[in-house]
This record gives sequence, C-alpha cells and structure tokens, in this order.
Amino acid sequence: MRGSSNANSAGIWPYIFVLPTFLVMGLITFYPIFFNVWMSFTNFQLANIRLENPPEFIGLANYIGILNNDIAVVKIADFSFWKHLFFNIWWAVSSVFTTLIAGILIAIVLNVEGLWFKKAYRVMFILPMVIPNLVVNTVWRNMFDPTSGAINLALMAIGSVFGLPREMFEINWLGSIEHPIGLLFPWQPMPVTYYAMLISNFWRGWPWVTVIATGALQSIPKELYEAASIDGATGPQKLWSITLPLLRPAMVPAAILSYNWTFNLLDIAYFLTGGQPFHETELLVSILFRLVNEQRLYGVAASFAVIVFIVSTIMFLLTNRITRATESYDS
Amino acid sequence: MNKLKLKNQLSAQLLLIIITITVMFPIVYIFGLSINPDGRRPSELVIFPAQPTLANYAQVLDRPTANPVSFSQLLSNSLMLSTGSAAMSLLIGVFAAYAFSRFKFVGRSFLMSAVLGLTLLPSVAGLLPLFILLNRIRTNAAVVGVAMLVLAILAIVIFGMFLLSRIRNREAGGWTFVFGLGGLLIGALLLYGGIINFAKGTEEEFILRNSLYGVGITMISGGLPFTIWYLKGYLDTIPKELEEAARIDGASFNQTFFLVVLPLAVPVLAIRFFLSFMGDWTEFYISWQFLTDPKDYTLAMTLWNIVGQYAANISWNIFAAYSVVVALPIAVVYAIFQKQIVGGLTLGGVKG
Repeated sequence: MRGSSNANSAGIWPYIFVLPTFLVMGLITFYPIFFNVWMSFTNFQLANIRLENPPEFIGLANYIGILNNDIAVVKIADFSFWKHLFFNIWWAVSSVFTTLIAGILIAIVLNVEGLWFKKAYRVMFILPMVIPNLVVNTVWRNMFDPTSGAINLALMAIGSVFGLPREMFEINWLGSIEHPIGLLFPWQPMPVTYYAMLISNFWRGWPWVTVIATGALQSIPKELYEAASIDGATGPQKLWSITLPLLRPAMVPAAILSYNWTFNLLDIAYFLTGGQPFHETELLVSILFRLVNEQRLYGVAASFAVIVFIVSTIMFLLTNRITRATESYDS
Repeated sequence: MNKLKLKNQLSAQLLLIIITITVMFPIVYIFGLSINPDGRRPSELVIFPAQPTLANYAQVLDRPTANPVSFSQLLSNSLMLSTGSAAMSLLIGVFAAYAFSRFKFVGRSFLMSAVLGLTLLPSVAGLLPLFILLNRIRTNAAVVGVAMLVLAILAIVIFGMFLLSRIRNREAGGWTFVFGLGGLLIGALLLYGGIINFAKGTEEEFILRNSLYGVGITMISGGLPFTIWYLKGYLDTIPKELEEAARIDGASFNQTFFLVVLPLAVPVLAIRFFLSFMGDWTEFYISWQFLTDPKDYTLAMTLWNIVGQYAANISWNIFAAYSVVVALPIAVVYAIFQKQIVGGLTLGGVKG
C-alpha cells in the first residue's frame, strides 16, 4: 500500500528527474550508437566524413571480413580475429590468476598476528595501485628497454654477483620474436612481450587484491581460529578450512571485476607493447583503436566496435554466471 | 597470546622485504631518474644520482615538449576537461539515479537495462561515432561564444536562485553550498570561455570535434551510464522510511530529494567525482583522436608524445620528471581516500 501511494503521489516528478539525463544521453549516447551500427554496414572511410559524400551500403561485408581474418578488409598485417580473441582471453585469465593468488597470499601473511612493521608494509604496498595506468605502462615500457632499461640493468647487476655475463640479460622484452615456453599453447605460443605484460600488470594488480582480501580477512571472527586450535588444527589446516572458504565470497566478485577490467585493458596493449611483435599482443580494444586512429577504416572499425561490445557482454554474462554458480554452491 | 615464533617472524620479514623491493623498485627508479642531471641512456643501473637536481622538473614546467604549448596550458586543459566532465556527468546522472532507485514509471526497466548494457561498452568503442558526428558540427567562434554566454547566464541564474531560495528558507546546509557554488563555478567557466570565443570573432572556424568541448562531450557520454548505475546502487541502500518521514512532515518531493537524500549521498558523490576525474585526467584515446591543435593538448597526450613519437629526441630524465608530475596529484588523493575508493570500485561494476 505504502509503496504504491508513494509512487502515485510522486506523479510526474520521476519523469522530470529522468528527462534531462535521457535527453542528454539520447543525443550523445544512444543516437551515436545507432549511427555506429549504421556505419558498420557501410564502407565508411576518411573521404566519407563530409556529409555530401555518403558511404555505400555493403551489408555484412565488414563483419564477414573481420570474422574471416580477411586482411583485404581489415588492412592490419597479421590480423587474425580468433587469434586476437584467444590471446585476449588468455591474457585476462592468466593475469587475474597471478594477481589473485599473490594478492591473497600476501594479505594472509600481512594479517598474521604479531608481525613487525605491518602498517609500514601496508602503506607501501598500496603505492602501485594509486599510480595512473597510463603512467605505469609508459614507465614499464621505459624500464623494459633492451639496452638501457632498468630491468635488464638490474638483472645484469644481480647476474654479475654470480659471475654471469652481461650479454645473458640483454633481453628484448618488447620486440623479441621468440616464444620462450612453446609447450603452453603449441598452436599459439606466447611471445616474450606477453610475459612483460604479465609482469607489469602483476606489479600493479596484486596490491588491489591484497586490499580487498585484507578487508575480508579482518571480518573473519577470531573465535573460529581459537575453536579450531582447541580442536588441534594445525596452521595449514586452519588456512585451508577457515580462511580460504571465508575469503571466497569477497574474492569471487573481485576476480570477476578484475577479469572484465583486464580484458579491455587498452593501456597495456597500446602504451606498453604497442601490439608487438607482429600484432601478437594486441587486445581487441587496441585493434579497434588502431582501426580508427591509424587505418582510418571507419566502417570496419564500427563493425569491430559492435563485435567488441558483443564479446564484452558475453564475457560479463559468463563471469556473472560463474559467480552465481559458486554462490549456490556456497549455500 | 598467539606469539609469533622468531624463526617464522624472520622468514616472513625476509619475504616482505623482497616484495617491498619489487614494489618500490620502479617508483624509486623513476624518481631517481627524474632528479638525475644526466639525460643520456644509462649503461649501469643508477638508483640515486650522485648530484641530484631539480632542473628536469624546471624544464618540464617550462616547456615539456617541442610543441608550442606551455605546461600551464596543458595543465589547464587537463583540469578543465576532467573537472568539467566529471561534474557534468554527476550533475546530470544523480537525478536519473534517484528516479531509478525510488520510482516505478513507464519504461523504467527498459531504460535501466539500457544503462546497464552501456556500462559494458568499452569506452574506446564509443569514440568513433562521436568523432564523425561532432566533426559535422561546424560554426565560427563568435557563435560558440554567444551559445556559451547563454548557457553561462542560465547556469548562473538557476544555481543563484537555488542558493538564494535555500538561504532565504534557512535550508542551506554545507552541501547545498557545494552544489550551488559548484554550479556557479561551471557558470563562471562558461562565461569566461564565452567571452574568449566571442572575442575571436566570426573569422575563426570552430569544429566541435576539434575542441576540448567535443572531447568533454564524448567523455560525458562514456561516463554517464556508469555514474548512474553507481549512484543508483548507493541510493538503493538509503532507507525509504527517511523520505516518508520527511513527506509526513510536509516536505515536497523536491525538498526530500535535496534536503534528505542528497546530503546522505555526498560521500559517494565525492568518490564518484574523484573516480571520473581520475579517469578523465589520464584519458588519452579520445583526445588523441579528436584534437589537432597543440594548444588543446592534454597532459596525458603529452606523456605519449614524450615516450612514443619523439622518444628519441627527449631524454629519459625529462620523461621521468614528467611522469612524476602527471601521476602525483592522482596518487596523493587516491592514497588518502584509498579505503573509500576501493569500496566504491567494488560497488561500481565494470568499466575499462
């Protein structure tokens, strides 16, 4: 009763509240999206930017060209939609797993009672998280320089202690065409640059997981551990049967969120690797930006944007489904 | 009670020290490089230079790149863009978020799923159609000036009346001033921009795409769905009984929103503002695609100028100093409000 009377008495107000937003969104969000869908069925190019010179309608040709890896349509060397999609998914999965495991373990270590300098560590460990992604990736790009980059120089310095030659550490992080661990995916081995991406993302990613895991750890009642101790449980047993299960409700959404972020992490593919070598480390979003910014194939880019949107939605629904599945498992 | 054994303590400390080194290494390295007088590429690892200098910062603040644009111009472009877009999307979005959170109306569920769906669109995917469409909006600077002056007067009148009426009714709390003065500030900025553009006269062509306004519109377009979804999530947690009590006391619909709901939402509005600000401060792709005049460039674009295109010409110590300058304001605010922001991020959902 109360709810309905509330809605009635509001009368026209809800519409007045919604109206400005949807006027603005209609103009600058919804209309452009329809325009984009229309563009995706045309051969829109730089010349068609002028209104007097409309593009030709070519039906699904852009979509067919993209999904068939047709270089005549996409005009990016070595373009292969399915390879890029596979790389993108594996990139997101592997970076989420590495950051998640490290982040949780470090949070557990930091949460041990009686640990010295706890506060100082916690303050220092949030630093990577607070630096803008753009800066993180340009700085790592600089540090991965093969001859003067800090990473190789540091490796040389450490290596010289053990008498290893400098040449051993002239690693071409961002340009090497080698694929160090060929066994992983024999049909599509990961280049050195992929590991550089993984390292840079790991550096920035795990502190965020640690912050969330710390929050969850601190909400676990201490009585549980005390009761377990009385029952004679060892440390690893407590970790396995109390800490990890109780962390799960907080960590699953964090992992999902982080997966969806990393999946479209344009900064890392654009600023750090530039897609090298041979566009092997491109993400879908970086291909999209190159199509607009470098190739100026606006019609193809519009179709690619639609495909990226569909892929992102599928990823979101899939990951959401996994969350739901684990939720019901919990209860 | 649960005292840590010394052996375990020491091994934990050893592990944490190694982690600290890996965490601090890039930060200390780039800071050391930024105060290094030697701009040549190093052949040995130098963490802290023998003769530290602030000259690189002076050079960055003087003229960061070969482009004919000063640091203060870049800074003001970035600041205007990020505060303007963040404030506008908050201002527009909060009303829709409230309506979604509180009322059942025709088309509600459809509009809500449209908004949620849009948050899944990577921001770079929304850039292309606006690039083409805004490119078609061409006029001259004088017309833009007049349009901005009209908007400025509107904003000043609306927010001025809002503030005055609140003060007269003795309903003005601290946040009313934030809201009202924020609106007046936008009005003042518009007034300033309007005068500048009007003074340029009818000779100068104005292409909306090739201006900070075009970039701002595109940023708002990308940010709005996310802002609405985020604020709705928070407003849902405010108990309805508060508003019902206010209604029984005779408050109008408008008054409940402004006097009961908004004050409670101020912290979350602030977090959302900072998150949008942070995103727009380092936004690169829209501005890179849209802007051609170096006078309009932003700090983020210039960072890429230093590392990407002209990397060979610009010494590393300048790059390092510039990175520190771009990252520092964000890092300081983020570090201070870290808890609230992380809580907000997990509440928010997905946006790349």
